This record gives sequence, C-alpha cells and structure tokens, in this order.
Amino acid sequence: MTQKVSTKKSGSFLETVVALTRKQFFIPIAALTILVLFNLIMDPSFFAIKLGTNSNGDPVLSGYLITILNNASELVILAIGMTLVTSASGGQDISVGSTIAIAGSVILRILCNRPITVANMLFAFLVAAIVSMIFGAFNGVLVAYFKIQPMIATLILFTAGRSIAAWINNNTLPVINDPTFAYFGNFIPGIPVPTPFFIAAICVIIITLVLKFTTLGLYSQAVGINPSSSRLNGIDPAKVKLITYIILGLCVAVVGLIKVSRISTINYSVVAKDIEMDAILAVALGGNSLGGGKFNMASSIMGAYIIQFLTTTLFKFKVESTALPAYKAIVVIILVVLSAPVVREKMSAFWKKVTSKSAKEAA
Amino acid sequence: MENDVLLQLNGICKYFPGVRALHNVDFTLRSGEIHALMGENGAGKSTLIKVLTGVYTKDEGKVRIEGKEANIKSPQDAQNVGISTVYQEIALCPNLTVAENMFIGRGKGKITNWKKMNARTTELLTSLGIPATATQQLGSCSIAVQQMVAIARAVDMECKVLILDEPTSSLDENEVAKLFKLMRDLKAKGVGIIFVTHFLDQVYEVCDRITVLRDGQLVGEYVIQDLPRVQLVSKMLGKEFDEMSDIKTVDPEAEDIKVGTPVIECTGLQSDAGIKPFDFKIWKGEVNGFTGLLGSGRSECVRSIFGADKVIAGEVKIDGKPIKIKKPLDAMKAGIGYLPEDRKLDGIVYDLSVKDNIILAYQVMKGWNHPISKAKAEEFAQKYIELLEIKTASSETPIGQLSGGNQQKCILARWLLTDPKYLILDEPTRGIDIGTKVEIQKLALKLAKEEGKSVTFISSELDEMIRTCSRLIVMRDRKVVGELNESELTQNKIMETIAGGES
Repeated sequence: MTQKVSTKKSGSFLETVVALTRKQFFIPIAALTILVLFNLIMDPSFFAIKLGTNSNGDPVLSGYLITILNNASELVILAIGMTLVTSASGGQDISVGSTIAIAGSVILRILCNRPITVANMLFAFLVAAIVSMIFGAFNGVLVAYFKIQPMIATLILFTAGRSIAAWINNNTLPVINDPTFAYFGNFIPGIPVPTPFFIAAICVIIITLVLKFTTLGLYSQAVGINPSSSRLNGIDPAKVKLITYIILGLCVAVVGLIKVSRISTINYSVVAKDIEMDAILAVALGGNSLGGGKFNMASSIMGAYIIQFLTTTLFKFKVESTALPAYKAIVVIILVVLSAPVVREKMSAFWKKVTSKSAKEAA
Repeated sequence: MENDVLLQLNGICKYFPGVRALHNVDFTLRSGEIHALMGENGAGKSTLIKVLTGVYTKDEGKVRIEGKEANIKSPQDAQNVGISTVYQEIALCPNLTVAENMFIGRGKGKITNWKKMNARTTELLTSLGIPATATQQLGSCSIAVQQMVAIARAVDMECKVLILDEPTSSLDENEVAKLFKLMRDLKAKGVGIIFVTHFLDQVYEVCDRITVLRDGQLVGEYVIQDLPRVQLVSKMLGKEFDEMSDIKTVDPEAEDIKVGTPVIECTGLQSDAGIKPFDFKIWKGEVNGFTGLLGSGRSECVRSIFGADKVIAGEVKIDGKPIKIKKPLDAMKAGIGYLPEDRKLDGIVYDLSVKDNIILAYQVMKGWNHPISKAKAEEFAQKYIELLEIKTASSETPIGQLSGGNQQKCILARWLLTDPKYLILDEPTRGIDIGTKVEIQKLALKLAKEEGKSVTFISSELDEMIRTCSRLIVMRDRKVVGELNESELTQNKIMETIAGGES
C-alpha cells in the first residue's frame, strides 16, 4: 500500500516496483514484510529476545522469534525435499507426515532397548534414514515408472503410514528417558539456540552444496518442464524423479528424529499431522509452480519460515488453536491468489496503466 | 451426378492472429463418394475439418448441406446437420461397453432401455460386419475395431457426411483392409466420406476424388483416375512437375566422399515406431537426407539411429565398430547429435534460460557430478550466441520468449557444443524465417566441408534438400523405396521416386 502513495513521485520508481512484482522473491518477501509490519504496529515486544535459563539451569534464548526459528525447522527441511519432488514430478508427496511417524517409530524401536550412546543414536538414525528412503523410493517408483499421479501414489502411504509406524513398536509408546536424546529437539546444554535450527541450517547448507556440485537442479527442472526433450538430451527422466523422492525420504528421516526427540516419545496418530500440507504450501508460497519445472530453493525455505511466522503470530494474538487453520487458510488464499500468474498479469497491467497516466500528468 | 451434392463449401476463410489458415477454399462432397483431402503440414486440412465440425467458426464463406445453408457454430450443430467425425485418437470411453459407447450422450430421456440398446447395437454391428459384441468392453477390442465402433456410432446418428481424420495411422494392414471394406459399404449406402490420410497407396486404393490444399488455399479437385501419383505429389509440394528447372550442377568431387569406412552404418535397423527395417550409411564430410511426404517415416528412421525410439532389430556400426544404442545417451557418447523435428515438444526446455538450454546436452555427457561452472556456461552461451547470431536479450532469458528461428539456433548450439561427428537435423528450418533458413542450410554444409562432420538433413521442402544434400534416401509409407545420388537429384526424379508405383 505504501507504493500507491509514492505514485506521483516518479515513473521510474514505479517501473522498478512493477519489475519487482514479477520476481519470484516478491511474494514471500512481501508476505514477510507485511507480517513483520503487522507485529511491529500491534506489539513490538513480539521481536524481543530474552536470555534466560531453563529448568536445568542452562542458558536458553526465548522469545517469539526464537520460537519461529525453532518450530519452522521441520518445515524447512521438508520444504527442501518437497521442492525437488515438485519440480521433477510436477506433483507433491502427501505421505511425508505418515512417513515421519514411521521414521520416528524406527528410531524409538532401536533406542528403547539400547543404552543411549552417540553410536547407538547414529545407528538408529541411519536405519530410520534407510527405511524412509526406501519408502521414498516406493513413492518414486510408482510416480516415475508406473506413471501414477504423485498425489494418488503417495496417498497409499498417507493412509497406511501411521499404522505401519504403530506396528513397528507393536502399538506401544516407548519413552526414552535419557536427556541426551532430547538434545536434537530441544537445547544442547551451554548452547542457547535450539538445536533444530542448527539441523535445519545444516540441511540447507547440504542442499546448497548438492545443487552447486551436481546437476540435480538442472536435471529436475528440465525433466519437470519437458520430459520428452530431457530424454532426447540423454537424461533419464524416471531416474531423476525417483532420486528426488529418495532425497525427500532422507529429509523425512531427519524430521522424524527432531519430532521424537522433542517429546522423547511418539504419538502415532498426531505426530507431524498435516505437515505435508504446510510443506506443499511452503513451496507454493516461495512462488514455485506446483505444476513442476523451475524452482527456487531459497524461496521455498523462506516460504517455510513465513508459514511458521504466521502460525506464531496467530498464537500470540490468542487465536484459539482450533480456529488457527481457518485464519491460516484466509492468509494462504490471499497469498496464493496474489501469486497466481493471471492475477500477476492483471496487476502488472494495472500498474502500467497507472504509470503511463502519471507520466502523462507530469508532462 | 451434380444433384447428388451433399456438402458444399464456398469461399471458406479462417484467420488466426497473424496467420491466414484458410483462404477462399471451396470443397464439394457428393453422396456415395470417398473423397481424399490431401496436403502437407500447414496446408489447412485440419483447420478445414475443424470449421466443418464446429470446433472453429469460419470467418467467411458458406456451408451448404443438401442445398440448404447450414450455420455450424458448435460440434453439436455439426452433429445435428449430419456431420460426424472419427478422429485419429479415438474419443470414446474404453471402460464402457460397446453398446454404451454407441449411445453415450445421445439419450433424450433419462431412462435407458438396456435391452433395446444392446439389441440395436448388435443389429448395427452385424449389418456393418464389425467383429464385436454389444456387451463387450470397448477397451478389450483392437484399435481398428474401436475405430469401427466409432464409425458405427456416427452412422447410427444418421450422418450424411463422415469425416475420417487419419484413421489408419495406428492400424496394421489387415485392419486397414477391414476398415476399407466398411468404408465401401457405407459408400454404397450413400454416405459421403471425407478421408484424411498421409498414405498415398491408401488414397489410390479407396478414394474416388481428391481435393488438394496447400498453404491454406485450394489447389484443385481431381477425379482419381485423372491424377497420377506424381502429379498429386507435385501438387501437394507446390512444384509443377514439367516446368521445374533443375539448375544444380554436379560437383565432380562429391562422389569422392564415399570412400573408406562409413562414419555410421546401419543394417536392418527397425524401431517400434512402425517403420520397415532399413539400411543406412553416411561417410565423413557428407550431407545426406531422408525425403518423403509427411508421415512417410523420415523422422522415425533418424530417431531409431539416435535411440530415441525403441530399437527392435538391426545393427549399427560407428567407424566400422559395432555399437549398441539403447538410449539417446549411448548415441550422444558415440558422437551423434539429434535436432528433433518437433522443436516445442522435443527440443526446447521452455522455461529454462537460453544458457541452460545450450549447455544441456553437453552437461549430460559430462555427467551429473561434473556440473559446468557458471562462468564456463556463460562463456559457452556467449560463444554460440555470437557465432549463430542468436537474437536474445541475454543468456538468462527463458528460451520460450525467443522467436522460433532463434530457439532453433539455440538447439543447434546445444548440439554443436557436444562436438558430434554425426549430426542429424530433422526439419531444422520448419516454421522459421527465410533468413534463418538459409543460415542453417549454409551451416550444415559448412560443418561437413570444413569440419568433416557428417550431417543428415531432413526437410519438407524439396529445393532445400536439393541445395544441401548430396545424396537422398527416399521413403514412402514407412519404407525406404530408393536412394538418389548427386547426379540424380532433380525435383522430377525425386517426386517420381516419392510417388512410386504406376505414375
């Protein structure tokens, strides 16, 4: 809205604004700006960060921003995999919530009878990673080789996943009492920043390196845009799709670890519930087409943080948790409609009209 | 006979933004005749049919059905006046029964009398001699039978004009024979049939008259006996057979190229795309070509060499060494490049930048773990943007925003970057401006002469082929039917070979 005020100032400024609205970063940045402004106006204490101590006497940072950084971690990690899957296969994996339950269940199954040592935790995570990647590959094979629509293919595990997770632990809810296990989902003594933030940061760094040192980005975009042409250029489209689903499987395992570590146990029916929708939303909010093709990883990651920013803001303003999804939906509708190509075209046409009018008035 | 006229089109015009798809086209269909509608790509056949069936509305002209003017504005209108169409891709529901498919979308009331419906279907199937039962699932019938059911449906809707759009392209010879029998039966019943096909043999087997279109204009209407094949080909290609002057001089050195081991040698190569096994050779520094009408199998041949279609038989030798090409990457590693016929569908990656489009094939050959650095990619892109004079705002512009000719140059750049020893250019000049066309022809010749590459050039335009190629392989109905060497490369000779048979 601030842009309208400056209409009379200069045409060139408007032009840059128009150009900016066409950039992929525009929607997430605009959304973030609006959220920040809203909080600044309503209650600047939203941005306060306090250094306190927790019940164990360790220093911890607290405040809404820290909550956002902490709670968005799972979403950020999932958004990485979901972006790749979306790009290459032109569809989304809706089974991630269920497979997170499976990964978490595997970790608990392995750790509940063993002493909590670094080696054992690493072993548990590796097994969970392999299991999640196998489930990812299952989805990937259905999509890439059997050519089933991603949402239908992943509906299988979406439906069955939580039962499989419960079955892995014979429907019991093992609790890990050792505090070291809780480090992954909470704080490491002496470090005041929550661990999930670091895990997410590591994942972001890894994917940045992968995109830089392999051709994954180019291949998945090419396959998503034009599989036929990709094939004639020597790419195996099915293999590329499969790989993206396996990578998402790995992301799922990491999220599974964070999730079970946060509460030291698991609740099969509610752990990571509906997280697939938020992950897909993160991709969409980042301005990436859900129809596949071109993607911008940084935008997706930003999208994930925005979703958490929104959730936390709503919590702060005492929106009841049952009403939360409805509020979220309103914001999402606005953002998605604004980022729709049709609306964008209309908007830039409108801006152009305004620009030319103001130019005429000036002359 | 003239009072038997079923359908008359006068002065039909249809314009699209920037394109004149149909201009002043007349067409007459009499009852009880099979009328072939012929023309090369872009001649206006499909547009004319879409005007007739109400998919497009005409901009000018008149349509008369049995003397009465008809105003066809939608497919429903077309059906009501008795025009039915059977498309190449069957537009019925494979998971319903034959009877259900016959009556789908035709019920006036809400109640269906299954017994009556099945009885009527059985009756119709027997009377037309279609080997299917009413309660059978349509999907379990062969493609030919499905096509016949579609025709039977059209017949039952009391159609007077039946349009068959490439009905035979996915049928084998027996099925084609069955279809032709059905067509003749219908003809005997007084139905007028418009038959669109690329197969010359089929036209001469079953049709009574031919109307030829070219570049959206009517070339003429002919009784089949009066139009020998060669004449038909020359009318479709727009070259007067007798008047054509062949000014090409034979280069005495040209024959010398064919010595030693061929760069590529294929024997009995066959792919699953429906071409007959063929042999093929090309030597270092040679430019040769596949010619033939659209749909004759030109592209399918080169696609099988590149491994783009599944190869089911035959051998390929490169520099005398046998090699297995199972997928395009095998061919690329062996030094083959392929610029595909359909630029939009198989060539460009629409949303990616010019730069990414140029480096794509080379990147794939280097392997997934050796990405080309940004600086290097930019260098490659700039090199070819300058070399081929690609007009683009920058190397980061999405390729989809470029004009057709510049897109094609990017795809050319893509393959030049891989430095192939054998380059296949399938319709590299289609749909691009004259200037770029000549540039691409020159480039093909330069690659062969100066860099010793072997090039296969395919084009629908004969004079272009004669200008660039020193040897032509001629195809008809998915078979190689002849090979013409330098000295035989005249328009007349080529058209004679394309037409074949008793001209």
